[in-house]
Amino acid sequence: MDTLVAQLQRQLRDYTISLYHQGFLDDQFTELKKLQDECSPDFVAEVVSLFFEDCEKLISNMARALDQTGNVDFKLVGSSVHQLKGSSSSVGAKRVKGLCITFKECCDSQNFGGCVRCLQQVDIEYKSLKAKLQDLFNLEQQIVQAGGRIPQVDI
Amino acid sequence: MEVCNCIEPQWPADELLMKYQYISDFFIAIAYFSIPLELIYFVKKSAVFPYRWVLVQFGAFIVLCGATHLINLWTFTTHSRTVALVMTTAKVLTAVVSCATALMLVHIIPDLLSVKTRELFLKNKAAELDREMGLIRTQEETGRHVRMLTHEIRSTLDRHTILKTTLVELGRTLALEECALWMPTRTGLELQLSYTLRQQHPVEYTVPIQLPVINQVFGTSRAVKISPNSPVARLRPVSGKYMLGEVVAVRVPLLHLSNFQINDWPELSTKRYALMVLMLPSDSARQWHVHELELVEVVADQVAVALSHAAILEESMRARDLLMEQNVALDLARREAETAIRARNDFLAVMNHEMRTPMHAIIALSSLLQETELTPEQRLMVETILKSSNLLATLMNDVLDLSRLEDGSLQLELGTFNLHNLFREVLNLIKPIAVVKKLPITLNLAPDLPEFVVGDEKRLMQIILNIVGNAVKFSKQGSISVTALVTKSDTRAPDFFVVPTGSHFYLRVKVKDLGAGINPQDIPKLFTKFAQTQSLATRSSGGSGLGLAISKRFVNLMEGNIWIESDGLGKGCTAIFDVKLGISNESKQSCIPKIPANPRHANFSGLKVLVMDENGVSRMVTKGLLVHLGCEVTTVSSSEECLRVVCHEHKVVFMDVCMPGVENYQTALRIHEKFTKRHQRPLLVALTGNTDKSTKEKCMSFGLDGVLLKPVSLDNMRNVLSDLLEHRVLYEAM
Repeated sequence: MDTLVAQLQRQLRDYTISLYHQGFLDDQFTELKKLQDECSPDFVAEVVSLFFEDCEKLISNMARALDQTGNVDFKLVGSSVHQLKGSSSSVGAKRVKGLCITFKECCDSQNFGGCVRCLQQVDIEYKSLKAKLQDLFNLEQQIVQAGGRIPQVDI
Repeated sequence: MEVCNCIEPQWPADELLMKYQYISDFFIAIAYFSIPLELIYFVKKSAVFPYRWVLVQFGAFIVLCGATHLINLWTFTTHSRTVALVMTTAKVLTAVVSCATALMLVHIIPDLLSVKTRELFLKNKAAELDREMGLIRTQEETGRHVRMLTHEIRSTLDRHTILKTTLVELGRTLALEECALWMPTRTGLELQLSYTLRQQHPVEYTVPIQLPVINQVFGTSRAVKISPNSPVARLRPVSGKYMLGEVVAVRVPLLHLSNFQINDWPELSTKRYALMVLMLPSDSARQWHVHELELVEVVADQVAVALSHAAILEESMRARDLLMEQNVALDLARREAETAIRARNDFLAVMNHEMRTPMHAIIALSSLLQETELTPEQRLMVETILKSSNLLATLMNDVLDLSRLEDGSLQLELGTFNLHNLFREVLNLIKPIAVVKKLPITLNLAPDLPEFVVGDEKRLMQIILNIVGNAVKFSKQGSISVTALVTKSDTRAPDFFVVPTGSHFYLRVKVKDLGAGINPQDIPKLFTKFAQTQSLATRSSGGSGLGLAISKRFVNLMEGNIWIESDGLGKGCTAIFDVKLGISNESKQSCIPKIPANPRHANFSGLKVLVMDENGVSRMVTKGLLVHLGCEVTTVSSSEECLRVVCHEHKVVFMDVCMPGVENYQTALRIHEKFTKRHQRPLLVALTGNTDKSTKEKCMSFGLDGVLLKPVSLDNMRNVLSDLLEHRVLYEAM
């Protein structure tokens, strides 16, 4: 007979594992989790939210740049992609990072269509990741409120 | 009768003349015969006479002369031829003998004379020896007198007796009429007549000390003859016309204790003398002899020594009395103090028990009450009661502990315990409050800190709790770091190197906070009981002010030191203490799984690091990494800012070089320029996403000390940092 806490914990574990398996997150996210302790209990959440903000900003920049039809500043786009790649690799957003690499190549080869496509994909991707991570945090919240401890998930 | 050719005419023999001649011849003969008899008689009587045969000769000569004169008697009348023959024979013999005697005498008389001179010489010698004998005898007698006097004088240590005895004995030995001693007065300007021989109660008679006769006597150590009319010698009213006897005066040095140096005999530098005056009997025509003067001088010296001995004895008696008094007083004081301490201890013991019992009752019952159904107001009231009584209980414990500590009656309870666990436990106790106040606490244990140690676990925890608790209490913001390491004993300089001696080591704990800070002037007062440096703002933090005092006592009991450093108000402060702990040689049972062995796990606490990254997210992640490792991280987002902010305190600079182009690399060059001395320059590490050879070469050429591949894992960063700090270069972590 499972208590609520145990149930929630199991749910959390499963969900986290699925995220890793589906390639949304990679080892870097694990590293981030390691940096969270009593001194900085919301470290991961803060980093992740900063990342998403960054994403938004960069994507809008890139969108604007790409909208200048005929006069696309690929350098600007390229640098934004570079930034995004860095951020995503720091956070462990695996899929986003992968997309960024492709995006970079398109920028380098000044492939307008490719860039646009990549941009769209990145947009979708980061939003979905954001949603998923939000779920994850909600689960954690619930566990804490139920009086339990957030379990350590070993991938 | 033959005819003779005499010149004078012959006269006939007259009858009268004949008669006289006859008689004279007769007497001559008798005398001539008696002399040898006398000679023989006396020579026989005397034992010594060397010239006997001379005597015989002389006797023969005289006898024959007598015989001749005797025979002459018969020639006055007509006589026969026989008589003439005898007469002639006698005369011839006499002539021979007398000539021989005369010749002999020539030899003998000088001898006899020389005998006489020798006799005279011997007589003179005998007289001389007699004289010398007399002198020696006198000297011996003088010496005997001196010894006797000295013995008399030194047989007592009483000043008066000494002086009186001196006068008496001198008077007796030298047969003096009067003997007097003049002592200098307290002012030193006058001499006062202190003792006399004959007068029983001398009148208070003083003379000024500057008289010429006195100066003369004081000027030499010999006895000086002075006039009987001088003021010091006139002791009795002069009556009658008799002639006063000769007077001699001598100085007696009065020596002080301070004059007796070990190495040199006092050279009479005291200048304080007494005057001794000796008077021969008047009308005796006696004179002072040399040996008597010598006697007087010797006695004066002896008296001086005896007086000083008496003075020394007086001093030492006085000192001894004083010491005895002091001893008695000290004894009394000690007993009083003991009584007071005992009374206090009794009081404390009683009060302790009496106070604790009701206290326990209150706390227990209030807790129980809390468990029951209460209205909110009631609950609030009960909580307040509980809080207050807990506070009171703590206060009582503190006071009791402190008084026991001061007595020295507190003993440490030694036992083996896990030191690492102790620290974690303390931190766990403090963390809740710290989290509420948003004060991050970090704990850094040195890698060589022994895990199992011997010491008083409870009290050590009390100390650490107190110190860390203070840090939390008095900080409104900032972070608190607790560092524990092993230090060399008795050094105050922070030292990361380990030399534990034998079975003991010194644990050093540093608690650093960035809170309110302490005015450096107040630091000495911190450890005094009941003194609290607090403004109104911090008044709410409660506590009795005993915490640090008790901690200090415990630390001292553990043979350690505790002190606080602060840069001033608002700049935080660091509390540091050392204590001595024993190393336990029990086998290590690790309750907590150890970090997988990384032998070069160094301590990064407080390591100042600069992170330069344009990407906010990765900047944040890198910072999080480093903070987690204990570094003090400053972040900048551009090269200009980096160059502006970087200083010699930063040990490492992590710079992100992912951006294409060389501006970031240029930063490295500029940093090189900025820090000319190699040891001041921070280590430069590049964070990059590329790991190819060209990036590496580029980094090296721009003077970077290392390259790191992003994203960096925690373990990776840790290894990298320790490698870096150890070798100052890193080109392997790829």
